[in-house]
Amino acid sequence: MTKKMFETPMLDQLETGPWPSFVTGLKRLAKDKDMMVDLLGQLEHSYETRKGYWKGGTASVIGYGGGVIPRFSEVADKFPESAEFHTLRIMPSPGMHYDTSILRKFCDIWEKHGSGLIALHGQSGDIMFQGCSTENVQAAFDEINELGFDMGGAGPSVRTSMSCVGHARCEHSCFDEGRAHRTVMNTFTDDLHRPALPYKFKFKFSGCGNDCMNSIQRSDMAVIGTWRDDIQVKQEEVKKFVTAKGREYVIDNVITRCPTRSLRLKTDDTLEIDNRNCVRCMHCINVMTKALSPGKDRGVTILMGGKRTLKIGDLMGTVIVPFMKLDTDEDFEKLVDLGKNTIDFWAENGLEHERCGEMIERIGLSNFLEGIGIEPEPAMLAHPRSNPFIRTDTWQEEAERWIERRAGAKQ
Amino acid sequence: MTTAQTTGGSKQRMAIESGVPDHFQYMHPLMRRNYGQWAWHDRPRPGVLHHVAHSGDEIWTVRAGTQRQMDVHTIRKLCDIADKYAEGHVRFTIRSNIEFMVSSFEKAQRLIDKLGQEGFPVGGTGNSVSMISHTQGWLHCDIPASDASGAVKSLMDELHQEFIREEMPNRVRITTSCCQINCGGQGDIAINIQHTKPPKINHDLVANICERPSVVARCPVAAIRPAMVNGKPSLEVDEKKCICCGACYPPCPPMQINDPEHSKFAIWVGGKNSNARSKPMFHKLVAAGIPNNPPRWPEVAAIVKNILRVYKEDAKDWERVGEWVERIGWPRFFELTGLPFTKFHIDNWRGSRASLNASTHIRF
Repeated sequence: MTKKMFETPMLDQLETGPWPSFVTGLKRLAKDKDMMVDLLGQLEHSYETRKGYWKGGTASVIGYGGGVIPRFSEVADKFPESAEFHTLRIMPSPGMHYDTSILRKFCDIWEKHGSGLIALHGQSGDIMFQGCSTENVQAAFDEINELGFDMGGAGPSVRTSMSCVGHARCEHSCFDEGRAHRTVMNTFTDDLHRPALPYKFKFKFSGCGNDCMNSIQRSDMAVIGTWRDDIQVKQEEVKKFVTAKGREYVIDNVITRCPTRSLRLKTDDTLEIDNRNCVRCMHCINVMTKALSPGKDRGVTILMGGKRTLKIGDLMGTVIVPFMKLDTDEDFEKLVDLGKNTIDFWAENGLEHERCGEMIERIGLSNFLEGIGIEPEPAMLAHPRSNPFIRTDTWQEEAERWIERRAGAKQ
Repeated sequence: MTTAQTTGGSKQRMAIESGVPDHFQYMHPLMRRNYGQWAWHDRPRPGVLHHVAHSGDEIWTVRAGTQRQMDVHTIRKLCDIADKYAEGHVRFTIRSNIEFMVSSFEKAQRLIDKLGQEGFPVGGTGNSVSMISHTQGWLHCDIPASDASGAVKSLMDELHQEFIREEMPNRVRITTSCCQINCGGQGDIAINIQHTKPPKINHDLVANICERPSVVARCPVAAIRPAMVNGKPSLEVDEKKCICCGACYPPCPPMQINDPEHSKFAIWVGGKNSNARSKPMFHKLVAAGIPNNPPRWPEVAAIVKNILRVYKEDAKDWERVGEWVERIGWPRFFELTGLPFTKFHIDNWRGSRASLNASTHIRF
């Protein structure tokens, strides 16, 4: 570890200022690792020329088709020690909990086999062990795998999932996110490790409508906590809150902020809630954390088809299941089955490189619902169709199905 | 298929397909004990959360910013702090902040002091500007037009005071992305690369590197077609149709989209993931043509800080950036920020008519 450092006048400027500097960290690693000397050299070269110099290729571990992000340098003649700088994507536990012992073990393994650079975490929620030669990928993975950690997703596969802190530390949590996360994801390890789907498929789990995992816009299947009964109100705490903050504050920041005007502050400083019209947006509960809580009859709303721009433009997820309970083993099985049906239907019908949401856009929501065996519900829509270009000659049959379903639901 | 042995050797180890590990083994004992049994929380100061369980147990969380791309020495330092000043358990947020959990406010205080000494800013809670979510950039991506870690480091240096305070009308979530795939996601403010020139094609390489039909299929505007160039099978781009999105570049690297001069930054505002109050929203374009200017991207920082200043002055409590603009209207947004309005702000993609004003509702 004697290689001389390159001059890095541009990167050096990122060592000043109050925010922790990744450049200082890279330089510290370069004291022991020639790979990092050249990595810094290449990064400075990118800063000077405003271009990237990595290309993909092939790198993997035995038995898996994905999870290693191969990176080969296009300027390896100048920076040979970092010619190969692959990333291992490793799935953390739900909620990204660690004790210091496991983190130290990761550090030791990565110091031994890799560059010593770890990103916590990537945008899909992986621990990213960055900077490994092709030769060392297997040994590094073996040691990480022996600690009980497994490879994450890459390519056209089920991808690593994320769930919020939820049950572990949040009173807004409406279902056991960690259990849902592990139950679903550990069903799809084959689809995760051996990419064979039309494109990526992401599950995300958020405990309430605050959607801290950004699941509606960033996942193909978003599982979000909600409740069916009434918001739990501690009127004594409401009164204390009003006394502390004043009626004006409560009216401006709680009452008038309700999107469905379902709140009323009464003259005795208690709160009246029109629960039939509450849309479970979470705002009043966020503001009055001690006085208000989600109801007791909790479960999840499931949306599908969220993704970012490529190819047809941004899509948010669409409600597919307005409410389902998620308490018993059978409930969790139902959740897994829904994921399976969806992935199976999409694997059959999706085009190459077409996300689930894009397929839904192409074939229409009603065809998708039929494909996965779910009946249409008005809660899936912002509003019914506004254009008349639709053939309705089986209207009567469809109407009768609805009436039967309603009758069944009431029994 | 469970095995795909590609190399020889006598002692190959097969992966243990263990999937997502059990979270309880790494969780702070107080979190484990009160799993699903939390009652309420408050924030005693910026960077600290205080949660109370139905059992009466209390836990304090101290949140600190990190550089995300961390060397093992930094991680070990955080572990040392967690062992000595906290209780040996940490977790990370979706925005790469580290959280230390402790069982008393006194411990939280000592922890905050230590984190300060070691250069980790404590904050990112409540109505702050939290850590910018970012992507890989020049450090590790194969298709980046810019860096991510450096741009975020520069911006967080500028926004440090807003991270350690809770003085914004509501939380502010900023994202960055180094290509138009936009791994950074939606944000109150999103800072994304916008290419402005069609790809430059190296026709000598296309036939050998690119699967041409899938490249043709990848184009959102059907601007790519197969062609023979200099006697070789290649691809050509109808430059009048091309929207310079760069979608062809990942499957076909000889179609170089990144350009040191012409790949610019664009700034988008009003994205929102939460369902609180309003439904989730996409961010909207407000500025483009901003130079990609390492190592500190001062032009980007100036526009972001200006938008934040106006938002802080003008928005009401609890209004996210997008909700604030919906209340005051887009003409006022451009007036207050002084950003130029152009024909490029008018959407012409599918469904764009829904973004036009079909009413006489206009603020004067």
